[in-house]
Amino acid sequence: MRIILVDNKGCERELEAVEGWRVMEIIRDHGFPIVAECGGACACGTCQVEVDPQWASKLHAPREDELDMLDENYGGEWSRLSCQLIMTPELDGLRVRLADIAIREAA
Amino acid sequence: MTQEAISTDAVIIGAGPCGLFAVFELGLLDMKCHLIDILDKPGGQCAELYPEKPIYDIPALPVVSGHELTERLMEQAEPFGPQYHYNEMVEELERLEDGRFRLKTDGGLVFEAKVVVIAAGGGSFQPKKPPIPGIEAYEGKSVFYSVKRMENFRNKKVLISGGGDSALDWTINLQPIAQSMQLIHRRDGFRAAPDSVNKMHALVEEKKMQFHLGQITALHGDNGQLTGATAKGNDGNEYEIECDTLLPFFGLTMKLGPIANWGLNLHENLVPVDTEKFQTSEPGIFAIGDINTYPGKLKLILSGFHEAALMAQAAVRYAYPDAKVTFQYTTSSTSLQKKLGVA
Repeated sequence: MRIILVDNKGCERELEAVEGWRVMEIIRDHGFPIVAECGGACACGTCQVEVDPQWASKLHAPREDELDMLDENYGGEWSRLSCQLIMTPELDGLRVRLADIAIREAA
Repeated sequence: MTQEAISTDAVIIGAGPCGLFAVFELGLLDMKCHLIDILDKPGGQCAELYPEKPIYDIPALPVVSGHELTERLMEQAEPFGPQYHYNEMVEELERLEDGRFRLKTDGGLVFEAKVVVIAAGGGSFQPKKPPIPGIEAYEGKSVFYSVKRMENFRNKKVLISGGGDSALDWTINLQPIAQSMQLIHRRDGFRAAPDSVNKMHALVEEKKMQFHLGQITALHGDNGQLTGATAKGNDGNEYEIECDTLLPFFGLTMKLGPIANWGLNLHENLVPVDTEKFQTSEPGIFAIGDINTYPGKLKLILSGFHEAALMAQAAVRYAYPDAKVTFQYTTSSTSLQKKLGVA
């Protein structure tokens, strides 16, 4: 299973995914500097991704607290929090682009 | 005029769970503490990010909310009489000739302490800025991230952006004195008290304000003075909004902030410490909780508690090098129980 991650420079990479893991955790465990400030509690919005529109319909609808966080973080039409996307075999090949606010600035 | 300095054993920067527990551990060793926090309340991330979310990994508390955990830590620290200073950000930290530290806050408070404990989590909470091109040019002139004095908005054409309690509260509070009031939010759902949402809808019904669905995409104006904004609706159509003041309320985020300027070694915006004393590259300055890093670090509240206990042992020896420190248990030591007010 894998996901395709597009960074803010347009670079694409394939990440090995594990069923049951959150997309945020997959990105983080590959060493990518994702902010994910609250650690996956759907409480900060700093793991925001833009889902490739072709994949959007395969995802469950966002819960109210996820919508709240997308509000606070200027989410667009295809924006989701990657901590709320849990890998299943149906999502093999999922393509997401990291939002700017999800990328940790270099020190 | 020089502000009179508050003199104490330890200044703890950050009143989150680790800072609060540090008061307890330092208190058992007779160290007096002052805590400084940029928020208007204790609890740090537990208070600001997830007050109602259950936490399941605090030893002996199978489930506890961020709010309740904060309350309990405050209660545990209370016998040691900690002094809390909220709405203050430590801006400067320097070592004095006598080896102590002088700290200055943005509110003008000055502290002199034998040791400093940085328990600042992800750094200081600051307002999230919406990604609108060129917004910086208007900040502080016609774009504001907080309301300090309501009078500043009298007779203004105010546009508020956001859907949380701050956005709704200020919409309702400023509407009577503003020349015009408009609220813009990306959907017709709010993260705010239902009563506030109802009040806002009522004001719209009475034609006392306008509500727009959408997001601001551009600002217009000259020399920092706003004259209007372009917004994009959920249907993709753009429209213009006339306003001379914008108040974006998108919650808070954490930035490292002034800590970067204190001459400490940093690694990826974290403060490296040793795992014996949890001391930074500067003797007498300690760092515990999410802000520190060391091999094997886990960002867990319980790790911060452990770090606080070891830090306190090192801090008291640093502050009082001649004092004899014996290790005691709260279950058996009458002297500790006296400090706790139970013996």
